[in-house]
Amino acid sequence: MPERAVRRAIGHPSFVVGALLVGALLLAAALSLAWQPYPPAEIDIPNKLAPPSLAHWLGTDSLGRDIASQLLVGSQNSIVVGVIAVGIGLVVGVALGCLAAARRGWVEEAVMRFADFTFAFPALLSAIMLTAIYGPGLATSIVAIGLFNIPVFARLTRASARSVWTRDYVLAARAAGKGAWRITTDHVLPNIANVLIVQATIQFAMAILAEAALSYLGLGTQPPQPSWGRMLNEAQTMLFEAPLLAVYPGVTIALAVLGLNLMGDGLRDLLDPKLARQR
Amino acid sequence: MLLFLIRRAATFAATLLAASLVVFAVLELLPGSPAQVMLGETATAEAIAALEARLGLDRPAPVRYASWIGGLLRGQSAVSYAYDTPTFELIAERLQVSLPLALLAMALTVVVALVLGVYAASRHNGPGDFGVMVLSQLGVAVPSFWLAILLILLFAVQWQWVSAGGFPGWSGAEASDGGLWPGLKALLLPALSLAAVQAAILTRVTRSSVLEAMREDYVRTARAKGLSRRAVLWRHVLRNAMIPVLTIMGLQFANLITGAIVVENVFVLPGIGRLVFQAINNRDLVLVRDVVMLLAAVVVAINFVVDVLYALVDPRLRVAGDA
Repeated sequence: MPERAVRRAIGHPSFVVGALLVGALLLAAALSLAWQPYPPAEIDIPNKLAPPSLAHWLGTDSLGRDIASQLLVGSQNSIVVGVIAVGIGLVVGVALGCLAAARRGWVEEAVMRFADFTFAFPALLSAIMLTAIYGPGLATSIVAIGLFNIPVFARLTRASARSVWTRDYVLAARAAGKGAWRITTDHVLPNIANVLIVQATIQFAMAILAEAALSYLGLGTQPPQPSWGRMLNEAQTMLFEAPLLAVYPGVTIALAVLGLNLMGDGLRDLLDPKLARQR
Repeated sequence: MLLFLIRRAATFAATLLAASLVVFAVLELLPGSPAQVMLGETATAEAIAALEARLGLDRPAPVRYASWIGGLLRGQSAVSYAYDTPTFELIAERLQVSLPLALLAMALTVVVALVLGVYAASRHNGPGDFGVMVLSQLGVAVPSFWLAILLILLFAVQWQWVSAGGFPGWSGAEASDGGLWPGLKALLLPALSLAAVQAAILTRVTRSSVLEAMREDYVRTARAKGLSRRAVLWRHVLRNAMIPVLTIMGLQFANLITGAIVVENVFVLPGIGRLVFQAINNRDLVLVRDVVMLLAAVVVAINFVVDVLYALVDPRLRVAGDA
């Protein structure tokens, strides 16, 4: 069985491309923990705006900082934001969604209205409010993106969980005396896990985009911690002198997001039991 | 239908009320004194007390909330701390840029998405379909503000067709001072960069929605009756495929409004996004509060309108209890 699953995965082109890109992202982040070509924040004015070379693979920025090192270390930042922000959405959203599906009635109504309401505050708006009070920073952007993920997962979980609750095996479990909590952990969660995994991949990509936008605006990650969004902000002031500086971080963001989206699409197909039998 | 409208309107009002409470709580209650935030760490106690008195912050919270909401409802706004101007005036002035920008971007999105989506669906599994899908994957992955920078790089730096940013205004004595065409020209690149992502998403929705509608029995019937492919596509398929497209479009308009915050900053456009960004830097909490409230209200209002439109397009939803 696992062998067949692997064979199917390898035969799925968008999953393969996505997984390779995501693998490269994770590898870059892991590598940068142990080794970087240069310390990413090291200023070297005599070598500023150096073209790509063996010493500096992608050249240096206006302060002589090594671009490749900043991109490598910046990947840590994107992954941290993605993992925590999606984690917040998953934990709170799935709990609320399961509660709504299990309890129905006014509890369900309350959860769904809360989800509707939270959609009124896109990540950028929450980030603006939080920044106005607490100042800009990594934590602010993580919280803002995480908050926006909650209703996404709450709605998805409720919809998927409700259909599980109508199945005969749930009826049997109830007849056998299992409570709502046991049914949720034993039957509902395992059956909706696939849908959640796919959505988590997509939300991870959205989180990377949102973090880059916030950092670009100066509301996210603060210096000296390198971040892809802020690199683009700094590059914009140098557009006439060094246009390539605005290309590298953008390509990196786009590849990371593309990888996660392709992997999500691939997983959706691969984890769907109906499609699995067809092949 | 009337009952449906009343229920929807009640939810809409309740959501707005809740949103206003959250905005008020986050910006005025949570951290202690907003006056302290505005004046910074080094402010003296007298300065803080004076500003609190000026902004009416020495009054109890329920009174402040009531006077804020009362003012909003009567159309009288608070005075911005940094600009010393009523916030409504500032917002109205900036909307002259943000609203046309969002509308232009939405128009681009709809045109591109419908054309590409229907084209891809009609060439299902062919090379044309594949090409559109690759394009849409790329479109979703490229951050709008990076696309904006690339467009500046190409059109302003490389070819020097347009300026790299700024806005000339809608009216001016001479063409160089602004006017309809210079204004639109300044909004074109920002609208393009905003629209790309949304068009990519909407293209996929249109494509899958059209594909689904083409599999319906009534399509086969219409074809069997002798209607041409084209006639079936326009008369039967598109009308039914529009329902999901309409929903996503509503959500996208909300995305465009907040997306504009970022893109306006790339192009230095004097819109709402730039205003709220400057308000943060000026620690102008009064202005931040009113702009955030406005944007949240716009998002809620769009969802409300989409729900109602949805019911108009699809009569089944009017009777469904949960609608």
